[in-house]
Amino acid sequence: MQADTPTQVPLVSYLRLGPRPHLVANQCTNCGARFFDRRNACAQCGLREFKSVRVDNAAKLKAFTIVHRAAPGIPAPYVSAIVETADGTTVRSNVVNCEPDPEVVQLGMNLKLTTYPIGTDDHGTEAVAFGYQPA
Amino acid sequence: MATTKSPTTRSSATTISDDSVWILGTHMTRFARYPDSDVVDLAAEASIAALEDGDVTIHDMDVLAAGSLFNAGTGIGQRLQKQIGQTGIPVYNVANACATGATAVRTVYLSIKAGEADLGLAVGVEQMGKMGLLGGAGTKKEKKVFEPSGRYGAVTGVDGYIGTEGMPGVFAQAGMEYANEYDGVGFEQFARVAYKNHLHSTLNPLAQYRKEFSMEEIMASPTMSYPNTLLMCCPTGDGAAAAVLVSGQRLKAMPAQARKRAVKISASVLTSDPYTEAGQVQPDVNTLTRNAAAQAYEAAGVGPEDLDLVELHDCFATAELIHYDNLGLCEPGAAGDFIDSGAPFRDGTTPVNVSGGLISKGHPIGATGVANVFEVTTHLRGEAGDRQIADAKVGLTHVIGLGSACAVHVLERAAA
Repeated sequence: MQADTPTQVPLVSYLRLGPRPHLVANQCTNCGARFFDRRNACAQCGLREFKSVRVDNAAKLKAFTIVHRAAPGIPAPYVSAIVETADGTTVRSNVVNCEPDPEVVQLGMNLKLTTYPIGTDDHGTEAVAFGYQPA
Repeated sequence: MATTKSPTTRSSATTISDDSVWILGTHMTRFARYPDSDVVDLAAEASIAALEDGDVTIHDMDVLAAGSLFNAGTGIGQRLQKQIGQTGIPVYNVANACATGATAVRTVYLSIKAGEADLGLAVGVEQMGKMGLLGGAGTKKEKKVFEPSGRYGAVTGVDGYIGTEGMPGVFAQAGMEYANEYDGVGFEQFARVAYKNHLHSTLNPLAQYRKEFSMEEIMASPTMSYPNTLLMCCPTGDGAAAAVLVSGQRLKAMPAQARKRAVKISASVLTSDPYTEAGQVQPDVNTLTRNAAAQAYEAAGVGPEDLDLVELHDCFATAELIHYDNLGLCEPGAAGDFIDSGAPFRDGTTPVNVSGGLISKGHPIGATGVANVFEVTTHLRGEAGDRQIADAKVGLTHVIGLGSACAVHVLERAAA
């Protein structure tokens, strides 16, 4: 196994790694609706043509919760959030590099996308997640 | 009609038209934990008692809808028939998230509206035991190999890495989004919702929990997902509720006592999520509730100001608060003021969840949407005992299940 520099994979396929990590969305070429999943058709207009677009890394915090009772294997407490990017896309994510304290996490605060490793598999491949941290 | 003692004039809405649909009988088990019963026992208890309450039998039923989120796939309706009467009528096994029970009611309603049935039985049942926290598949089973799978190409479970999928957190975020948009909404307002519902439940012998808690106790109880503490979350539990529905045409021919106790279903509405941008990454519990409420008020010809009581889907305290606004019970953006003013308390202007709500009455998922109908019906009949809302004439029930499904029913008491 190549232990020194593990191959990295994104946690989800809409996260693009590399020197400037960012999210990509499937944007309906007809109505502009954006989706992060594999699509059969557009949930807004029903048409079936999409293009891949880059989502802005800058965001604002729209809603959050501080999860104390987390899923098994997930360190708690952590900040779960809904953010709105500068180009108007709603993203679900964690807020990272920020104290999980309602006095510290502020609705409307400015955030930016970041990435962090979450584990390594049996082949030495490292999974990388995205989060938003205070800008 | 014979002599009328009180000369109160009733609206024409509660006269019996042939194509109207009414609740003839209803019952719910106490919500609790029943380790010595099975799910059929619970459904049978509620069903038999609802039939007795309506002074009819299973042989009078033209249709059966049985709602159970975890047992629709096991043929709960047919299993129930085998215990209480196999009459060969159509059976619908219904699962529709937390709107399961209400969808069963609506299934029978639609059968009567379609002219296929004069009488039908809707039952909702769930046996959850101590299931623990719902939502979020958990990410414990670490994959040995990170390979993309599913529609998002995820290499492992995402709950906890891409926000939370746990129910307390999902509904916490819905409440916090409202707090972000409007002033006067915060931890204290959410806690006050739970304070109210725990307080209300002390009067309801059918509630799973009947204990009053102080604001301090609620706010200091363990945080599940801020701002929802343990005492701001509904419990898991077991229970069943049932309703016998009848067409107006058939009801007209029934004895005066049956007509007097019958409660009219003035609106029965079911909605799902219309497309919203933000709804793609988090459940949007607002838009479909607003749509359902608008359709229900239109169909019933009543407005929120006419409601004498409301049973709404307070799975978490944060949810109840935003539904004040979604159902039009308060001015837009004023849900915080609404709870602070005392309006939704049982002695307020619009009593909400006088049963104790899901938070304290309990939430056996499939039973909930029928139990809400039971609760409002019981008040409209003037039979709610210690928790009776005096002279209740019009009530509304609301449930929402994630995915999403929202049901609203408007109920009105009989003219006689």
